[in-house]
Order: sequence, then C-alpha cells, then structure tokens
Amino acid sequence: MKSLAELEAIRQKTLSRINLRKEDENEAIRVVVGMATCGIAAGARPVMLAFMDEASKRSLNHVTVSQTGCIGMCRLEPMVDVYLPGQEKVTYVHMTPEKVARVVAEHIVNGRVVEEYTIGATEDK
Amino acid sequence: MRDLSLHILDLAQNSVRAEAKVVSLSVLLDENGILSIIIEDDGKGMSEELLARVQSPFATTRTTRKVGLGIPMMAENCRLAEGNLSIESTLGKGTRLIATMNTASIDCLPLGDLAGTVTTLVSANPEAPDFTLHCQSPQGEMTFDTREIRAALQGVSLAEPEITAWMIESLREEIQPIFGGVTL
Repeated sequence: MKSLAELEAIRQKTLSRINLRKEDENEAIRVVVGMATCGIAAGARPVMLAFMDEASKRSLNHVTVSQTGCIGMCRLEPMVDVYLPGQEKVTYVHMTPEKVARVVAEHIVNGRVVEEYTIGATEDK
Repeated sequence: MRDLSLHILDLAQNSVRAEAKVVSLSVLLDENGILSIIIEDDGKGMSEELLARVQSPFATTRTTRKVGLGIPMMAENCRLAEGNLSIESTLGKGTRLIATMNTASIDCLPLGDLAGTVTTLVSANPEAPDFTLHCQSPQGEMTFDTREIRAALQGVSLAEPEITAWMIESLREEIQPIFGGVTL
C-alpha cells in the first residue's frame, strides 16, 4: 500500500467529523443494501458504492451504509432500506446507481420519499 | 453473475459468515493465461458431510429457502472456461476455495471491478474480519491488508465515507497495471 501516508491526512479530517456526529446521535440515517447472491447478481454492488460515493461527496456525516442478506424477494433486487430517525423504514426496489442519486438528494437530504421507486409503487402495478 | 469480482464478493461473504478473523483473497494470472482465484479463511470450517454437498445448489445455511447458488454458479463458470472449482476445509481451522479458469476461453468471465468488491466487503464489515488481497500477473503484483490500514487509522472506522473513497481509488490505481493490458 503506497498511499498509507495519505491516509493519515484523511484520518485527521475524519476525526473532527466523527466528534461532530457524536453530538447528534439521534439524527443517524441508516441505508441497508441487500447483498446476498441474488442482490449481487442483480447489481447491488454498484448501488452500494453509489451510496458510499454520494455520502462522501456530500459529506453526509450522519449516514451509515451497511448490508444485509437475502430477505426472500429476489425478483425485486437490488433492494435498499432507508431508515430515517423516528420514521418507518422505506424499501426501494430495482435500484440502480442513477436512482441512488435521486434517493439521496430527495429522501436522505430533503426528507421526501421517492414514492415511484418504493416497493409499494412496484407491487401495485 | 456478470463478472468474476462479483463471484468473489458473493463467496467471500461465506467466509465472513463462518466467523473468520482474516479472509485472504488472491487473484493470480500465470504466463499461460491461467487465472486462479483463491479465497481462504480461518473461520469455523465445514464438516466432511457439508463439504461433500456444498457444491450442490440445494445446500445452503440460510433459512428463507432451500437453494444456495453462490458456489454452484461459480463452479459452472469455471468449468465453462476450461477450469475447475475445488474447496478444502477443516472443522475449526478454516476453508480454502480455489477457482481456476483459462482466460483464453471465450466463456471466461471478465475480472470486473475487483477494487469495488474489496471496498464493498471492507465497508460492510468494518469491525471484523480483516481482509487481504494479493494480485499477481506477469505484469506485476500488489498486496493490500486491512490490518495495516486499521493500525494507521487508530480507531477510526474503515467504513467512514472518506476512508472507503480513498480505498477504492488507491486499489483501482494499484490493480489496473497488473491486469490492465491483459484480456480479462
């Protein structure tokens, strides 16, 4: 690893941000991506990387991106659950990196659920 | 699966679930164009009985259904590309999965975004296990070890967005020249 030196600079920057986050723990937003065989085959990895990329670009301190296994609705993968504090979880289906940009901008940043991508909108059809 | 790095992402999660402390990934290309992918862990290993049926699509540890396609799909892709998939495992010691294929075969899958796979694995499992990556081809080699990064970070999580952004970028930079000009 040639760039370990770079890492120290990034660590310093991150530290100040983490301390900031500790103060507003209740604001934490969680994004969970389905990453079993079905999710991966359907394209979950670029979706997860897109969430991480958006979080980094927009400096969203309070967003954590994690993963889960197969929840049994493989035909709807890639699926993403978004947990906003104090609200019911929202499940997005058939996600793509393009859709991620909109979910981050509208839902995570501005609090407006992107209804047309949710499991409810898809299953009603 | 569309490429080999997606298979690696899928199968490495078996190692994570086996409570491994270290998961070692190797992607090796020899001068004859034979590609070997080795996924090795020090997890809880498999009994001989489970090892014997693990390549069947009807073997799985999950409870939501009765099929598990990760290993059989990779095995099929190896066989299509004149290669093979084999698994060695010892209860309590760990498991080693070796997948080989001939990159000259028209059915050999492309390698895909290996840096993305490793970054996804690390950021999804920031506490444990540790991951190592070793890439080697006639054009060069590289190694990556999250234990070194963890030590340098002194308590900062590997899943912090800035860290993962740095990780994927530096991995891409290091992997590209090794498998770059190779038809993969």
